[in-house]
Amino acid sequence: MTDTAQSRSAEKPRRSILDTMEIDSRLMGMLGVLVLISLAFQIWTGIRALDTFSWNPFAWLVNGKFLSTQNTYNLAIQTVSIAIMATGMVFIIVTRNIDLAVGSLLALCSGVMAMMQTEILPHWLGLGLGSPLIMPIAVICGMFTGMVIGAFQGWLVGYQGIPSFVVTLGGLLVWSKVAYEIVGGQTIGPLDPTFLMLGGTNGTIGSTASWVLGAVVAVLTVWGIWASRRSKAGHGFQVKPAWAEVFLSLVSVGMIMGIVAQINAYLIPPARLQKMFTERGETMPEGYTQAFGLPISVILLAVVALVMTVVANKTRFGRYVFATGGNPDAAALSGIDTKWLTVKVFALMGVLTAISAAVASARLTNHSLDIGTLDELRVIAAAVIGGTALAGGFGTIYGAVLGALIMQSLQSGMGMVNVDAPYQNIVVGVVLVLAVWLDIVYRKRAGKK
Amino acid sequence: MTMASAAAPLVELRNISISFGGIRAVDNVSVDLFPGEVVGLLGHNGAGKSTLIKCLSGAYHPDAGEIWINGKKVAINNPRDARAFNIETIYQTLALADNLDAASNLFLGRELVSSFGFVDDAGMEAETRKILARLNPNFRKFKEPVSALSGGQRQSVAIARAVYFNAKILIMDEPTAALGPHETQMVGELIQELKRQGLGIFLIDHDIHQVKQMCDRAAVMKNGQLVGIVKVADVTEDDLLGMIILGKKPAHLAG
Repeated sequence: MTDTAQSRSAEKPRRSILDTMEIDSRLMGMLGVLVLISLAFQIWTGIRALDTFSWNPFAWLVNGKFLSTQNTYNLAIQTVSIAIMATGMVFIIVTRNIDLAVGSLLALCSGVMAMMQTEILPHWLGLGLGSPLIMPIAVICGMFTGMVIGAFQGWLVGYQGIPSFVVTLGGLLVWSKVAYEIVGGQTIGPLDPTFLMLGGTNGTIGSTASWVLGAVVAVLTVWGIWASRRSKAGHGFQVKPAWAEVFLSLVSVGMIMGIVAQINAYLIPPARLQKMFTERGETMPEGYTQAFGLPISVILLAVVALVMTVVANKTRFGRYVFATGGNPDAAALSGIDTKWLTVKVFALMGVLTAISAAVASARLTNHSLDIGTLDELRVIAAAVIGGTALAGGFGTIYGAVLGALIMQSLQSGMGMVNVDAPYQNIVVGVVLVLAVWLDIVYRKRAGKK
Repeated sequence: MTMASAAAPLVELRNISISFGGIRAVDNVSVDLFPGEVVGLLGHNGAGKSTLIKCLSGAYHPDAGEIWINGKKVAINNPRDARAFNIETIYQTLALADNLDAASNLFLGRELVSSFGFVDDAGMEAETRKILARLNPNFRKFKEPVSALSGGQRQSVAIARAVYFNAKILIMDEPTAALGPHETQMVGELIQELKRQGLGIFLIDHDIHQVKQMCDRAAVMKNGQLVGIVKVADVTEDDLLGMIILGKKPAHLAG
């Protein structure tokens, strides 16, 4: 029971700065990749924008379009739907399962919500078109649909022992066709105006509220960092030096406010602004500008990511998800009901899929028949690029969100520099395999230490 | 049975049978266990020792037979029921989740929670540090996942779990199989200590020498059936070996 080699190396003075600050090296790596991708596309688009080629790197960066306020704004909006589902996929994969049906289920939830808001609620139930009740009721019905179907798939996996690959492969084929039948094989639109606020530029909170929200989040973050330090010190554990906490607090606040600043820098296009004034029967003052501010969909993603992180790290349910993934037998022998846990994890995935469905269909302003197609692969790729191990037991929510952002950045950047669609798929495929390979190398090295 | 005690046994397994796909893994076996006693379970691989004991720990549900604890008939349908009777199991395969740290494993299924219902990681780590300081003072790796621990350190976590939650009945399935000689000795000393505290211990082991040293009685199984229960003081190691291989009680006890 003793291990002298261990006691010698234990509690050794911390060496590197990253260790001292307890910063996750994986997080740093992912942020590094994101910065690299952004710079590469910024330079690429910058070179393309120049009339005559120049060797001046400064000119490349300044003329680049990738980091323009418009593109980063669009990037944020485009990432939301995949990122929300990716947070749920982390739990699925951590418990050694897979969900291939999310894209198909997204179509079904979108179809249910579209029918609710265009047919059932306004006409059959007589709420009338444009009633403010339509959006919440439609979204709740969609979430209920997602939860029930997710729970059903989870029941087949957990209680009946059918491999999740098979169950959800079946779901992939079934649910999108059920959706097709529900909407009668046609595009459903236009959707309810309140509902459209979930999609992106149709629902933003304005620049002032964005600053206030950013400030509140920044204050809470700093408070969280120091509360955690107090709790550790209260038990007499080793804590980071105070300068590291101050530095981390400053970086966190800087990043949060930086994101808000970037978002607020994107102004409503003059033509659209003009139209808004005309609709209100006013005339737009000369030189008037207004920012969109944070889109509701992005706030929704932030809330989902926060809640899922708390669930993963701070609740029994989250603990059991990881324990089951690490050693299902040990979890069962410890009294964890792993079958019921599987049902809950799939039901949660279903609810998140429905939220994504609302965001995706609101962004497109209608329910199209091909909505969600291939989303399951994007979602799984986002989770895996974010460091979720397919063997189970490991994965983080922030990793999945960053993974989704990396995927979307690649896709958007390649679109901007006119890479043909087939080549885009080749690049994304290579990046996926590369990310997993890097992850395996990283794990091996981390394990040897 | 052999113990002339007026008190009811801590555990009585009566006529337990369980089959898997037509094979009788355990066939009408009865074993009992008294407080402060270590009963060794011996037999070949596949003799049914682990299967029998998993009926007590709630991992399996017997097809027939009864489980009595402190003179009362009880129903154990899952590991949670077993825990409610203060039955703790230390498995051969070290039932730990490799990806979690020592504290998360120690409290797995019984986490400490704050008033908001969130798991109290700092509190659990503090408790884990306390209990492990007693069992294995050299244990330091509280932050690492248990996959980074040595066999002995992992076993300390498993044993700490049983000790922390006040086990009355301890099931140890080859607790020293993955350990070196020094660590094996530590486990041996710990078993004696727990015995003095009045715990009843079922010890599954292949090592006859060890059973002879640590146990008060030995129950030998072969092909799912009970060969016999003997006081280890009455038999030699060769007698025990004979029971395991031949499936017969030694001549001087057979009468």
